[in-house]
Amino acid sequence: MDNQEILELKKNACKVRMYTIEGVFNAKSGHPGGSLSAADIITYLYFKEMNVDPKNPKDPDRDRFVLSKGHCCPALYGALALKGYFPADEIKVLRHIGAMLQGHPDMKGTPGVDMSSGSLGQGVSAACGMALAAKYDKKDYRVYAMLGDGECEEGQVWEAAMFASHYKLDNLCIFVDYNGLQIDGHVKDVAGLDDLNKKFESFGFEVIEIDGHNYEEIEAAVNKAKSVKGKPTAVIATTIKGKGVSYMENVVGWHGKAPNADEYKTAMDELNAQLKALEA
Amino acid sequence: MAETKKIATRESFGMALCELAKEHPEIVVLDADLAAATKTDIFKKAYPDRFFDCGISEGNMIGVAAGLAACGKVPFAASFAMFATGRAYEQIRNSVGYPHLNVKIAGSHAGISVGEDGATHQCCEDLALMRTIPGMVVLNPADHYEMIEAVKASYAYNGPVYIRLGRLAIDTFNDPDNYSFEIGKGITLKEGTDVTVIATGLVVYEALKAVKALEAKGINARLINMHTIKPIDKEIIIKAAKETGRIITVEEHNVIGGLGEAVCSVTSEFCPVPVTKLGIQDTYGHSGPALGLISEFGLDAESLEKSIEAIVKK
Repeated sequence: MDNQEILELKKNACKVRMYTIEGVFNAKSGHPGGSLSAADIITYLYFKEMNVDPKNPKDPDRDRFVLSKGHCCPALYGALALKGYFPADEIKVLRHIGAMLQGHPDMKGTPGVDMSSGSLGQGVSAACGMALAAKYDKKDYRVYAMLGDGECEEGQVWEAAMFASHYKLDNLCIFVDYNGLQIDGHVKDVAGLDDLNKKFESFGFEVIEIDGHNYEEIEAAVNKAKSVKGKPTAVIATTIKGKGVSYMENVVGWHGKAPNADEYKTAMDELNAQLKALEA
Repeated sequence: MAETKKIATRESFGMALCELAKEHPEIVVLDADLAAATKTDIFKKAYPDRFFDCGISEGNMIGVAAGLAACGKVPFAASFAMFATGRAYEQIRNSVGYPHLNVKIAGSHAGISVGEDGATHQCCEDLALMRTIPGMVVLNPADHYEMIEAVKASYAYNGPVYIRLGRLAIDTFNDPDNYSFEIGKGITLKEGTDVTVIATGLVVYEALKAVKALEAKGINARLINMHTIKPIDKEIIIKAAKETGRIITVEEHNVIGGLGEAVCSVTSEFCPVPVTKLGIQDTYGHSGPALGLISEFGLDAESLEKSIEAIVKK
């Protein structure tokens, strides 16, 4: 990946963040913090890595992405709109009555969404099923899933982890968006998740630790995961909740709250400035 | 009519899966460490590469089934009714029901006829739980032959289906040469004008013996085998309500949320008549031999005969 490619990814991620803010602002509700922390990984997957075609969203041979932390769908919707799965105007009516874009991902109604999700812990099991289906059908598509760090408190995550390892699902790569915050506060104070690396290792995963906002590290992790045989990979991505909007960064209160008009303007001004700088 | 056999519907289920799998390579089977009990081990033996044990993790099993279905497979996921529909209720609701994925869920060892294992394993709530999920088809076959056809019909239907299986070996009463199964269509086993008995699952044959015995006492009861709890056969219920004026439902399930209330929801709206709900009267079961429990809870032929007679003569 050369510098130009990285620059393009950064621009797209900035647009994904703008769609996130726009969607949540217009909906007067939603989850900006975790969407912004996940934006770079989602952008990398859709714009650099995954074999997907917006004109053929149901292609049986495509790579799959399951947003197990479904509440962060504004970032996914932003990436899908930018990719051309549906008009970006849909984001303006996110969460509205009659809108295509639901508060949590709906695979039936939204082109490009590979799995309905939102109830934490469930997406990762579905991702296991998809990876198992690829093995069963002897197809070489890969399955990516993204979990929240707080989500890893769900028992089902570890049921799925045992399953993935037992069935040697080396076509499965899980990202944990480790932004350190959940609704009730710091993850370390709420439920004590550490040492997450060791937990995944002991469940039989290849574990890779990265900075989830660094494209070279994201790429290296994805490529490493592809080379690992006989076991699934967990990429523990340290991220900043609210990344890209100064007043949201590392502030737990922005987990599930929409900005008011002034805050919206500030956020969009900041993101526009970032985009301008990238385009300069 | 074929010879009468004594066979548990879980066994019939395992056999039906093997039969279907011959022609349909997209069928895969999941279990949660109960293959020997749910009888998916019959399939496992025949198709080891298409059987995936998920271990004791029902929630994950349902999620894996959802992912398989999202990739074009037709998974049948089996466990005890208690854990399949109870433990994994929310996974079924959100990962299977909401996206309307083509997952078939089999709940074995349903009802009090589990027997000695007692209340923790005697699931009398599964039909109620599964009925509440939009788009879910709920089947409760009554004997071996009906189960075979129900499994085929569940495969032919594109969407989520719950199938209730029993542990206890029971007599067959359907004639396989003269039997057809259609989802959502109840079967009239006996015509009658004094009262209509609507039964489901394991107790259908008990009800059949009861209504036949009542003939001698001059009570002419109609009997309907309601193998599909959802979508419920409105037509057959309304017709019965109009023609017989009284309905008695019989189920090996809590009277809250099961067949009885499904029938009441039709009669109350379209043809209000008195409905008496025989079943588990909002209580837990307990340990004991299956047949003894069925009698204790008033669901054997003899008890049903007395109950129906008393209701008709009231």
